[in-house]
Amino acid sequence: MIVANKEKIAEMAENLSGLDAVDGRSLWADARRRFTHNKAAVVSLVVLSMIVIFSFVGPYFAVWSNEEIDWAVMGSAATKGMPSFETGHFFGTDDLGRDIFSRVAQGTQISLMVGVVGAFIAVLVGTLYGAIAGYVGGRTDQIMMRTVDILMAIPFMFVLILMLVVFGRSIGMLFVGIGLLAWLDMSRIVRGQTLSIKNKEFIEAARATGVSGFKIIVRHIVPNLLGVVAVYATLLVPGMILTESFISFLGLGVQEPNTSWGALISEGAGTIQYDTEWQLLFPLAFFVTSLFCFYFIGDGLRDALDPKDR
Amino acid sequence: MLNYVIKRIAIAIPTMLILIIISFLLMHSAPGGPFTSERPLPPQVLANIEAKYGLDQPLWRQMVNYVWGVTTEFDFGPSFKYKDRTVNEIIGQGFPITLKYGFWSFVFAIGIGIPLGAIAAIRQNTWIDYLAVGVSIGAQVLPNFVMAPLLVITFTLWLGWLPGGGWSGGSIEYLIMPVIALSTSYMASIARITRSSMLEVLNSNFIRTAKAKGLPSRTILLRHALKPSMLPVISYLGPAFVGLITGSVVIDIYFSTGGMGYFFVNSATNRDYSVMMGITILVGFLTIMFSLVVDLLYAWIDPKIRY
Repeated sequence: MIVANKEKIAEMAENLSGLDAVDGRSLWADARRRFTHNKAAVVSLVVLSMIVIFSFVGPYFAVWSNEEIDWAVMGSAATKGMPSFETGHFFGTDDLGRDIFSRVAQGTQISLMVGVVGAFIAVLVGTLYGAIAGYVGGRTDQIMMRTVDILMAIPFMFVLILMLVVFGRSIGMLFVGIGLLAWLDMSRIVRGQTLSIKNKEFIEAARATGVSGFKIIVRHIVPNLLGVVAVYATLLVPGMILTESFISFLGLGVQEPNTSWGALISEGAGTIQYDTEWQLLFPLAFFVTSLFCFYFIGDGLRDALDPKDR
Repeated sequence: MLNYVIKRIAIAIPTMLILIIISFLLMHSAPGGPFTSERPLPPQVLANIEAKYGLDQPLWRQMVNYVWGVTTEFDFGPSFKYKDRTVNEIIGQGFPITLKYGFWSFVFAIGIGIPLGAIAAIRQNTWIDYLAVGVSIGAQVLPNFVMAPLLVITFTLWLGWLPGGGWSGGSIEYLIMPVIALSTSYMASIARITRSSMLEVLNSNFIRTAKAKGLPSRTILLRHALKPSMLPVISYLGPAFVGLITGSVVIDIYFSTGGMGYFFVNSATNRDYSVMMGITILVGFLTIMFSLVVDLLYAWIDPKIRY
């Protein structure tokens, strides 16, 4: 029967696509409207975009690259390495005579990358884990969530540092370590949402037509979780950046010649007694501003997507 | 209640064992042992040293020995780098220092955070409220490793009021900056949580009833509003404790206070595995104990939980 109607279906589809779209307000359009009305969130989005653009475009305007050493300045950064346009060191230099402007641009790239990739891993693992636990239910759910409870009670910063020492300090290891440790919260949230979705009619319909369990999770449950996941993902990014900066501040994270906000703050903080505050304050300003932006964007998204406060 | 306590402890024990096993296995998968150096030792000498530390036994045997030693006698074994010191001695030296400023940070975070949040909620939309909200938003992006250098710039380099580091028995001028640096962001979070939960409670029906009965606002706040609005704060104390103990690593490094964090980072750079493991396990133990206490406290306060 269905095969016989194939032409008819194609015809119908054509008719439908030809129709003018009804001017309805979808969930997402609604959310976008609410988000754009939140001034703090919009300003934050603009500022954050500017920081991202700076990190990629900035190096083209820099006089000195991030690895070059200005031999004229080396050793006397306090007197000759000040921020100035004449020397080409817009943000000054560090003690070795390296240009802070270029290094901040590089550090911004790496910190943001760690934040986004770490959050991505956490979201991926947490969503799948939580969705499976919530969908399967029963004893599997019990065991999976007790495991999360147990893992949550472990002070992970220490375990992460252990991992970095054991497996070597590389950015890749940082990604994996930070991402794998941060999925726990995510999985709890996702499980809760899944529990409320899984008894809806469309899931029942999918099950009745014989769709496999895994496919139901990936095709029907996960897309319906996206709103919640998006909100927590934006709030995860600053958390990841904080973790990375913390570890880099201790000198155990990102290693030379690469750098990150945490590593730059650490360097700057180590030399403040020599009157070279710019080494601390420029990276610090970027770090603090970006975190602010992420929090405001996250709040804005939550207000926009969370049906509770509508 | 007793059932709940037993159930809660029954979860804490396997958690502890898993932590010990994870850190043990991590340490043993490390490439290069503690005695690998540029000049390789003669094999006979190496074998002797390994026999002394019990490293020649099969892995499971070492693990059982270690777990047994830790759980029955709190014995974390010898340090691999400082041959004359045990891990217990190192922890014994660092822990009291961490405990002292950690305790004051905790007191500071709660003692300032809760009143700040409560006042902001009671005087909602006044300048006090805006000030409290402003402070707590600002402090959110000021983690310990940002606060520490800013404090040193302000109070040591510009004003010259406080010493920039050191401990000297933990006298007050050495204690102020570590405590502020460590507790600011948690103080802010506690204030924010207190404010929002207090607002929710103050708008609920039973408070309206109390007002309608003509109770003085002082009684309403202290007798009826305070207890239920503390619940979210109590459940935040667990994460805050983890945050404080983790942050102490930065404090020890930056202010040279000589607490456990110093030994942790030092052993991380020296690959002194037994010290790292000992500190990780101790911190894990404290965390698990603390979250146990918090859960029991929560269960005791929250009237909705029945056993």
